[in-house]
Amino acid sequence: MLTKRIIPCLDIKNGRTVKGVRFENIRDAGDPVELAKWYAEQGADELVFLDITATNEERKTFAELVRDIARHIDIPFTVGGGISAVADVEVLLQAGADKVSINSAAIRNPQLVEDLARRFGSQCVTVAIDTKYTEATGWKVYARAGTVETEHATVHWAKKVVELGAGEILLTSMNNDGTKAGFALDITKAVSEAVSVPVIASGGAGTMQHFADAFQIAHADAALAASLFHFRELDIPDLKLFLKGEDIAVRC
Amino acid sequence: MNLVIVDYKAGNVQSVLFALERLGVQATLSCDFETIKAAEKVIFPGVGEASSAMAELRARNLDKLLPTLEQPFFGVCLGMQLLCKHSEEGDTDLLGIIPLPVKRFQTDLKVPHMGWNQLENLKSPLFEGIAEGEYAYYVHSYYVPLSEYTIAQTSYPEPFSAALQYKNFYAAQFHPEKSGPAGSQILKNFLAL
Repeated sequence: MLTKRIIPCLDIKNGRTVKGVRFENIRDAGDPVELAKWYAEQGADELVFLDITATNEERKTFAELVRDIARHIDIPFTVGGGISAVADVEVLLQAGADKVSINSAAIRNPQLVEDLARRFGSQCVTVAIDTKYTEATGWKVYARAGTVETEHATVHWAKKVVELGAGEILLTSMNNDGTKAGFALDITKAVSEAVSVPVIASGGAGTMQHFADAFQIAHADAALAASLFHFRELDIPDLKLFLKGEDIAVRC
Repeated sequence: MNLVIVDYKAGNVQSVLFALERLGVQATLSCDFETIKAAEKVIFPGVGEASSAMAELRARNLDKLLPTLEQPFFGVCLGMQLLCKHSEEGDTDLLGIIPLPVKRFQTDLKVPHMGWNQLENLKSPLFEGIAEGEYAYYVHSYYVPLSEYTIAQTSYPEPFSAALQYKNFYAAQFHPEKSGPAGSQILKNFLAL
């Protein structure tokens, strides 16, 4: 049976892992390659690396890091951050990444999703969506690391990028991110039911039950967390045993 | 060992190269007819879309060469599908080495079939030391149905061919290079054939 995936996310700046709480207050949580190896041994099903640096110079360093990661780990990983063109993706895939995640660039230029899917196949194109709920707007898509509100309603946008060729959606609720109060089950469920491709729930994981809820209530295919894993507040083997006990298919 | 990975610009060759490196094996990347023909073993990776991959193979005349090979050959993911006869993906004629069709998943489940799923009904030296029900990593939207050449199966939700063998041609729909220690063991088993 296909299992639900547990995905630690590593934010990378200057070759180091960092994690923003509610996209602020960045803390250092270690060396990405060592951390990646450790997670693979712990039973992580996949890893996500987000490059949160801004300059082209630093991005070149990121491609080297991707190569280093691919050399050392034997599970799939997705890389993202600052990708804006087909050429950026080519470099990262050639370095050994399995999938790329695009976010703001897809909003600026939806055609990019289609170009990437045609060139490399949908299976390696993950579209990351940062979403925020307000009473006035409902769930809206935000661009540029969650700083700019767009015109797109979240479910509608998710359907659109899948039509364009996205093979997976990484959905982060900004309301929940960093709160440890649980994933945004309503919007995750709405997106998961609206699209035919896998959906990764992200933002808000604090307990093992939160993961079970993401899978059983929101029908997510995978769930992602960062600081919760980095600071060992929750270990993946324990999490998987718990989920197995809840009759959720996991690899363990 | 003279091991060649077929490099035709449609494969995630780097991952396969690194996986072999972790096993202490140095492989050569090549799309050259003579180099591939002279190899002791050949690995044929592939990701992406079937018709573009076939176009890349034809451009290098590999559509003529690959079917004539007699050494142990291992197609991975799209590399497995390309060995078959015809794919629903882009209505594409494939290499035609294994007389089987490639079909699109028709299911209410999510497509692509992405993530870790179980290998069952294992019947090949390729799976020496691999337990029934072991997990392997998949990412694909098209599949090869069960057949007399199936040497492992996986269900999504119906069973399909997780791996095939036809003469010297072995193939896996999953990614052994991304399937943790079990995947490494399967690669090691291929190298020992």
